[in-house]
Amino acid sequence: MTTFMPFSQTDVLSAVNWALSEDAPLEIYGHGSRRGIGRPSQCEHALDLSAMSGVTLYEPEELVLSAKAGTPLIDIERLLAKHGQELAFEPMNCTRLFGGIVGQTDKTGTIGGALATNLAGPRRIKAGSVRDHILGINAVSGRGELFKSGGRVVKNVTGYDLSKLMAGSWGTLAVVTDVTFKVLPAAETQTTLAIRGLTDEHAIAAMALALGSSAEVSGAAHLPYGVTQRVASDMRGDEAATLLRVEGFGPSVAYRIETLRKLLAEAGPITEIDGRFSKPLWRDIRDCVPFADDTERPVWRVSMAPSEAHKMVLALRMKTGADAYYDWQGGLVWLRMEAEPEAEILRRLITGFGGGHATLVRATPAWRAAVPVFEPQPAPLAALSARLKAEFDPKGILNPGRMASGAPSANVVEAEQEGASHE
Amino acid sequence: MSGLAMPKPDDETMRRRATIVADLRVIVPGEGVVDSTNEMRAFESDGLTAYRQLPLVVVLPETVAQVSRILKYCNEHNIRVVPRGSGTSLSGGALPLEDAVLLVMSRFNRILEIDFPNRAVVAQPGVTNLGITTAVEQEGFYYAPDPSSQIACSIGGNVAENSGGVHCLKYGLTANNVLGIEMVLMDGEVVRLGGKHLDSEGYDLLGVMTGSEGLLGVVTEVTVRILKKPETARALLIGFPTSEQGGQCVADIIGAGIIPGGMEMMDRPAIHAAEDFVHAGYPLECEALLIVELDGPGVEVDHLIGMVEAIAHKNGSTTCQISTTDAERMNFWAGRKAAFPAVGRISPDYYCMDGTIPRKELPKVLAGMREMSEKYGLRVANVFHAGDGNLHPLILYDANVPGELDKAESFGADILRLCVKVGGVLTGEHGVGVEKRDLMPEMFNEVDLDQQMRVKCAFDPNHLLNPGKMFPQLRRCAELGRMHISGGKLPFPNIPRF
Repeated sequence: MTTFMPFSQTDVLSAVNWALSEDAPLEIYGHGSRRGIGRPSQCEHALDLSAMSGVTLYEPEELVLSAKAGTPLIDIERLLAKHGQELAFEPMNCTRLFGGIVGQTDKTGTIGGALATNLAGPRRIKAGSVRDHILGINAVSGRGELFKSGGRVVKNVTGYDLSKLMAGSWGTLAVVTDVTFKVLPAAETQTTLAIRGLTDEHAIAAMALALGSSAEVSGAAHLPYGVTQRVASDMRGDEAATLLRVEGFGPSVAYRIETLRKLLAEAGPITEIDGRFSKPLWRDIRDCVPFADDTERPVWRVSMAPSEAHKMVLALRMKTGADAYYDWQGGLVWLRMEAEPEAEILRRLITGFGGGHATLVRATPAWRAAVPVFEPQPAPLAALSARLKAEFDPKGILNPGRMASGAPSANVVEAEQEGASHE
Repeated sequence: MSGLAMPKPDDETMRRRATIVADLRVIVPGEGVVDSTNEMRAFESDGLTAYRQLPLVVVLPETVAQVSRILKYCNEHNIRVVPRGSGTSLSGGALPLEDAVLLVMSRFNRILEIDFPNRAVVAQPGVTNLGITTAVEQEGFYYAPDPSSQIACSIGGNVAENSGGVHCLKYGLTANNVLGIEMVLMDGEVVRLGGKHLDSEGYDLLGVMTGSEGLLGVVTEVTVRILKKPETARALLIGFPTSEQGGQCVADIIGAGIIPGGMEMMDRPAIHAAEDFVHAGYPLECEALLIVELDGPGVEVDHLIGMVEAIAHKNGSTTCQISTTDAERMNFWAGRKAAFPAVGRISPDYYCMDGTIPRKELPKVLAGMREMSEKYGLRVANVFHAGDGNLHPLILYDANVPGELDKAESFGADILRLCVKVGGVLTGEHGVGVEKRDLMPEMFNEVDLDQQMRVKCAFDPNHLLNPGKMFPQLRRCAELGRMHISGGKLPFPNIPRF
């Protein structure tokens, strides 16, 4: 068992070339804060990128930041906040979902990990995901070659967008060593409206109405009965809370909040949650804190058409026990299962309700090995993905099996052993 | 055509033309196959009109099944295919090849579904960009990316080129506004990526497809996100004595946390050409003219107008007009929107470039362009998407003067080299196509380009889809697949291990 701890691109190149020559697959991680997601690693050796740390370029007026892949997200967020900016996609912090305590560990996620997993928070509906903000990368492919893609400017269509391809690839295509992100001004202020006591169905309708208005809602979540008290906020009582966040300049937020109040006057009793409580509230929604219960009960992250979400959840509950809450206007459903993942039942229902995908973000290693963690793809698409993987990592040495089961890609192209050994 | 090398036509395909035409007629009956020289003339060029080439044959399918059969047939018979939407590409992305079937998607012109609760529109790829907005505007919605050709360009073409527009700083490019596509691969397989849900269940193939310039697959359906129209929009028209001051003003606006709906800059030659043409009342004494448009609720717009005005003043603006009516706002834009035809009036031909630079490098790049302008003896006017650093220098030339097109192209290439040198890129929104193909090595080394080509191999291993575009030279996939494992065993690699 070897763990490489590179400090530079050259170190990463050496490690990957070692893995190639030894035919020894590597598990690739930064802080490992999301290591519990995906199929359990089958690698004997590891590449720990957490020492590749540091912001290498930050020009607030150009809206651009570059950093080494292992740079802690909290460092980046702190630096941006000093200049009134942020990562608009609100990267999820997985620490609490996996039983960690923020503040007791300094390994709460890296910028490279945020890119590799593409787990965006509530602002996804307005500002896009991690993939929408990545501008450029340097990476070492599974062929042991250092390549770059993209650049440092926000508008660029030169060549294929391999940077986006890294988003959500879970380290299976290349080891990203450096990233450049578009950053944006953070809102001056935020306020959240809470409508209490709505059924899932009425909540989905209310959120659609709000998102279809010009109020520029930047967060729309529904916490059903019983979930409300599991997030930080000043809300009292157990009844359901449908939450709408408005961010921006002070006078604009006040005006838009008023617009929403009028629009939703009929929906139910409305209260306002100001910035002090609003921020931790949305952080907890982002981080799946309602299901951070120190267990390994299965937790699913489901992406589907917002209007269908509550129907799917209702149908699911006819078949099995599940706790649910909604983000992204309903388009993101967090589910905690009573006992087993029930992957087949869930996925059949998602397909029946307009399609989408489900990712098993928490479960025991045994379950994660037994059921597909990521949504299985139709054969032609799965074949295309496998061909793509083979083009980046023909010998299957980068995080093999993390996303799809089975041996490293069967499409291994001819490999030539050449050059003298360094021995 | 000025010395542009395209892939050598395949003799076998050329010889079999009559059979191919007949076989395509079986797949697409009726008038969907066009093979007469006269009728094919309409398709010999796209928006990059300096280049013309008649295709082998033109086919206009109407169904996904036909597209699938055409591609499968061509794949099996080793026939090249060039996909085309409305043909508005400014980089020659849809330039035909002598031995290639030109696959025209214009008959896919229907909106399939409008879904207001999920704020999504499902459209066939031949629907125009503006057609999507037209379909939803009665409910107060619109589709945000607005390339200047939006009245004509197709949404399928927008996906192929990852089109932008003046609003993309705030609202994103095509890639940020497309939720899903259906596409046909070169072997005829039909695959769907995304849908009304967000993000991908696997690799972000949608992200790779967007901006792939028709080299990876043929889009047959597009699902886009629509947005509610902002309540109001107002604009400021600000003049500066130097481009440095204009540039600093842009930086300060963004530094103050303001992301305008649109932020455009013009240099002196562009200001004068536009004013002479549309008489928008532009100040003629300034070196840089900035249009800043703010959109949103009235109270927000008013608040931000005050902030921007103060920032402009601090940066030494010499004039600052603020629109109070929509007519006034449109008037501010009239000159900018007419900048290309306005330049067309003062020169027989112009060549539009599309580099992006870090904004702070603007004065340096403008100075560099002035030097080049003298060296080449050609005038240049600049319009600039100031917020995102996307520069559109317009090089003025006369195609009837022998050698001027070549000179304009060399001038353009030098500008793009300068863009890359200061940390920018070759193209911000027009695409590589044939135009900037041979400049790719300015930005990417061989390893970078090989890895991009390997992506191509996963989609189209025989290089049949739109060859001769984007990549300076094609290398066979088998050759790209070889691995050179050097180094062998590394007992003491220079890395800490635990």
